[in-house]
Amino acid sequence: MNPIYLDNNATTRVDPSVVEAMLPYFTEQFGNPSSLHSFGNKVGMALKKARQQVQALIGAEHDSEIIFTSCGTESDSTAILSALKAQPERRELITTTVEHPAILSLCQHLEKEGYTVHYLKVDGKGRLDLDEYAKLLSDKVAIVSVMWANNETGTLFPVEKMAEMANAKGVMFHTDAVQAVGKVPIDLKSSKIDMLSISGHKLHAPKGIGVLYLRRGARFRPLLRGGHQERGRRAGTENSASIVALGAACEQAMSHMAYENTEVRALRDRLEQGILAQVPNAFVTGDPDNRLPNTCNIAFEYIEGEAILLLLNKQGIAASSGSACTSGSLEPSHVMRAMGIPYTAAHGTVRFSLSRYNTAEEIDRVIAAVPPIVAQLRKLSPYWGENGPIENPEQAFAPVYA
Amino acid sequence: MWEYSEKVQEHFFNPRNAGPLNEANAVGEVGSISCGDALRLMLKVDPESERIVAASFQTFGCGSAIASSSALTEMIKGMTLDEALKVSNQDIADYLDGLPPEKMHCSVMGREALEAAVANYRGEEWKDDHEEGALICKCFAIDAVMIEDTVRANNLSTVQDVINYTKAGGGCAACHEGIEEILAKVLAERGESFKPAQATSPVAASGKLSTLERVKRIQQVIEQVRPMLQRDRGDIELVDIDGKTIYVSMKGACAGCQMEALTLQGVQQQMMDALGEFVKLVPVRATTPAGACVTPGA
Ligand SMILES: Cc1ncc(COP(=O)(O)O)c(C=O)c1O
Repeated sequence: MNPIYLDNNATTRVDPSVVEAMLPYFTEQFGNPSSLHSFGNKVGMALKKARQQVQALIGAEHDSEIIFTSCGTESDSTAILSALKAQPERRELITTTVEHPAILSLCQHLEKEGYTVHYLKVDGKGRLDLDEYAKLLSDKVAIVSVMWANNETGTLFPVEKMAEMANAKGVMFHTDAVQAVGKVPIDLKSSKIDMLSISGHKLHAPKGIGVLYLRRGARFRPLLRGGHQERGRRAGTENSASIVALGAACEQAMSHMAYENTEVRALRDRLEQGILAQVPNAFVTGDPDNRLPNTCNIAFEYIEGEAILLLLNKQGIAASSGSACTSGSLEPSHVMRAMGIPYTAAHGTVRFSLSRYNTAEEIDRVIAAVPPIVAQLRKLSPYWGENGPIENPEQAFAPVYA
Repeated sequence: MWEYSEKVQEHFFNPRNAGPLNEANAVGEVGSISCGDALRLMLKVDPESERIVAASFQTFGCGSAIASSSALTEMIKGMTLDEALKVSNQDIADYLDGLPPEKMHCSVMGREALEAAVANYRGEEWKDDHEEGALICKCFAIDAVMIEDTVRANNLSTVQDVINYTKAGGGCAACHEGIEEILAKVLAERGESFKPAQATSPVAASGKLSTLERVKRIQQVIEQVRPMLQRDRGDIELVDIDGKTIYVSMKGACAGCQMEALTLQGVQQQMMDALGEFVKLVPVRATTPAGACVTPGA
């Protein structure tokens, strides 16, 4: 039985053509791109091409606006810390409650250092209130950082509009577009976005390579100082093989953009409808009408996500969960809690995230596998009776909580 | 994914005694608010002998919560209530060949359900006295509440104090930032400020110590760590010193267990800090056969 991989928001397999493109840069093309001789020069040319491939995918005006980094997290940190360093008199930040830890942990740390962070709330469908946002924009704010697409639910934020609003108030705007790049069309030259983060391993390039897009003219302070690589904006000898790979992956993503938004979306919808048609007390989290084409996040009430994943895994199906127990923390996903999803459902959320490698047969196998697993676990659940949730579950089962 | 033992997986995939028990006369319902897990333990107790003749569970929780519940019901069936109350959460974890540190609270929940069920049978009210916090030390599964309470109760002020009293931070040391934050918070309540200790004790350069001083310091470190091992029903003894190799014997509850390696690492680090040179700590097993994990009370 072939395994089925539906965890592409966690990471993706490297496209075979991408592997092929990068391999020579471990062997004959080993030169340092900064060197003058021909060993280095050829690598330098390859990096230039990769930069242009990235530029094309995100519609940047200049290829020099692309800065290669070591990962999405580094891009996020660089963007925020740069804005604070460059504008020391501005001591506030605006972000959202549902960002990735790459942003949230940094913001919490900055609060300890005396910065004020405004966390925009979301409603039950994970949507922002732009009036609340407008009121917070002021000349005290160093940077706004809002993700383009949520990694757990796929919900899209109106970042282009929010960037316009920030720009009108003279505030810098950064977006963590790690989940969006390659899945939704992006044209930065017609936007007011100042900085944007990309992570290679989410779009079929290897792990450990990322990009920070930096609009020409936006004030910047590097995180790493040293050599003159990346025009002095990110020192350190370039990870040439991975940069070449990321370039190739961006070109692939560009040519699969339509496929992603038609075929992959159709598979996702088939999976979601197939499961919901058979499983009672299950619902989609986030904003179903406005989300990534590859992501669906379903809450199965009264059971726990890790248990679901273990049983899925036994059948060779890989997905992920927002339950506390899979995150290594004690809390269920902060995204689910921000949306006000009750504990008994938040713990039972399962994220299925597809890629262009998934097939209809795979999706049908998952549709067949899920209902019996849910039923099996509900049989063990104190909230579940013979044929459905017990009446008044909160009163009928009221454990003493620690 | 978690590293679950075969036994945990087996109990999760084929849970024993799951489902309602209609003739139950002792029911315990407990949950862990932070983790969201919840468990209903149902027992049928023979009133004459107070023996548990049947046990079953319903659990809302992760793989190890289900496995811990299943294991617990198997363990206590046939015991009298008083015997059952001797089953500790560590016993549940041991029965399952161990649980990952993040998951130890599942065994705690099992133990609490047992207490609650017995109290229910005896017409008493069971109150939970244990609070759970975010896991700080992953090597020894120690959470923030435990550290904070210990710091408060004992007026601790350094990371080393915390290691000595709770073991937290004594392994890989990655959690020292988290421990420092707790110290800073509690010290601020006392009106003091947290001062990081001098980058570990002022140490003599390698080879500068006299042999006598060296042996003394080694013995000191051993004496320092013994209380915390003894609390976990273990012990450590100095056997021999041969140049940079220090032989110790590990005894009791954990000789040969996975925790031993972590403990040794921690002790070795403390030795190195005390001596200012590299030393290697080697466990020797004279009395316990290698790999045997002595189950307490077995
Ligand atoms: C939205 C988002 N931001 C940032 C990251 C971090 O990217 P990386 O793993 O490359 O550091 C991820 C991936 O986990 C993500 O989903």
